[in-house]
Amino acid sequence: MLDMYAEEILERYKDPVNKGSIKNTAAEAHETNPLCGDSLDIYLKIEGGKISGAKFNGFGCAISQAAADILLDTVKGKNVKDVKMLSKGSFLSALGVSLSPARLKCALLSWHALMMALERAG
Amino acid sequence: MLDTKKDFPLLKRKISGKDLVYLDSAATSQKPVQVIEAVKEYYENRNANVARSVHKLGEEATEAYENARKAVAKLINANSEKEIIFVRNATEAINLVAYSYFLPIAPSGGKIISTVMEHHSNIVPWQFINSHGMELEFLGIKKDFTLDTENLGRILSPETKLVTVTHASNVLGTVNDPKEISGMAHDNGSLVMLDAAQSVPHMQVDVQDTGCDFMAFSGHKMLGPTGTGILYAKEEHLESMEPFMYGGDMIKEVSLEGTTFNGIPWKFEAGTPNIAGAVGLHAAIDYLEKIGLEKIRRHEAELTEHALDEFSRLGGVEIYGPKNADKRGCVISFNVKGVHPHDVASLLDREGVAIRSGHACAQPLMKRLGVGAVARASGYLYNGKSDFDALVEGLKKVKRVFGV
Repeated sequence: MLDMYAEEILERYKDPVNKGSIKNTAAEAHETNPLCGDSLDIYLKIEGGKISGAKFNGFGCAISQAAADILLDTVKGKNVKDVKMLSKGSFLSALGVSLSPARLKCALLSWHALMMALERAG
Repeated sequence: MLDTKKDFPLLKRKISGKDLVYLDSAATSQKPVQVIEAVKEYYENRNANVARSVHKLGEEATEAYENARKAVAKLINANSEKEIIFVRNATEAINLVAYSYFLPIAPSGGKIISTVMEHHSNIVPWQFINSHGMELEFLGIKKDFTLDTENLGRILSPETKLVTVTHASNVLGTVNDPKEISGMAHDNGSLVMLDAAQSVPHMQVDVQDTGCDFMAFSGHKMLGPTGTGILYAKEEHLESMEPFMYGGDMIKEVSLEGTTFNGIPWKFEAGTPNIAGAVGLHAAIDYLEKIGLEKIRRHEAELTEHALDEFSRLGGVEIYGPKNADKRGCVISFNVKGVHPHDVASLLDREGVAIRSGHACAQPLMKRLGVGAVARASGYLYNGKSDFDALVEGLKKVKRVFGV
């Protein structure tokens, strides 16, 4: 398991590759964590049942931002149907970061937003 | 400087293999052995229900409970112990006033004034009253993080029924001047409620001097057990107020046709109260008074000054609160530029340093400050300068990890 402040996480936090927005998205969703004032937007581009583009915007702690960046990496190019099956647990184990219960919510902020966006995409 | 750490068993704990540095007393205080022992002694020797028992234990439990009430009355210089109502926490104390005094009169209108520097507990109950017909307006803060009392003069009117304000902010550390506020409010015929959760534990608060009509505070923030909240209210108000909850202990006589209520303060204490909590609170008050609240206030002012100095030397840290240690309490909210407060708190935790991070139950204030969240370090009589030095060392590490 990676440390919450491992180099990989901090790099993602400082220089996220999937940060930004997409105009005319197929689906977008906004999610907040009222506990820490974090907020996150996810934008998806969907072509032929596949996620062809994914971006996120927002602010938050290192783990919420890095997790969002990593999550979008893993779903790009995948079938919407398959991504909808991605459970919290399998995302967390793919993330591979050791998290305290209080910080789990931070890591899952983007997962919640992604699922909401996919729901809206139909 | 005071040296009381030895009295607090929990402060001997290690966290992540390091000495615990507890800087979250604004959330809840640690308890001295004197309080822990008092609760234990009560359960081992005197435990019984209060008020209705004629047996020896019942008498002793009642006496212990009522003596705690007297100790609270003396601490804040109330006119009588009848003016002290035991509740669960400061939030419940504020709710009691909202439900019992203001809800019945809300449909006939009028206005309540609160402020943007309040804890949610002094905002949300008034939004509830607002939904029943009373207007609600919020006083702002100035650039120096103090209350905009000049504007209070402008928004006060004969329509104002209540001005409710925190004595000391749980975020900014700002200590307001209740005497000034009470004077202005009373001149307009308005009542005054003081949220004293962050002041009574840290300084001498005299309700005659503050001039407030109602005051709420929490035993657990002043070395007492959790579940010990206090409402102070002037006797004349309590006499006119409706009960808050109904049931046992708050009655004089019950028949199937109707009930006559008990006198104050018991009219507002339905059901078996937190007797052991009151006993612990009594021990906490004894402990605080033995040291002296003036001394505690001076000790904390020294800590604050030291912490603010160290923070400014560190650089890259933004502080939300007055700069002058005389005008504020030892509650220091800050952000390390470029680092989220949760990351600050998580990394400090690895060093054994416990601070708060988040919105500190003051989201409207966060919005006013233009931040999503803050990190907050708060000190008490058991903290020393070395605790804040450990915090600053921890913050240096945070800055190294994040490269800021």
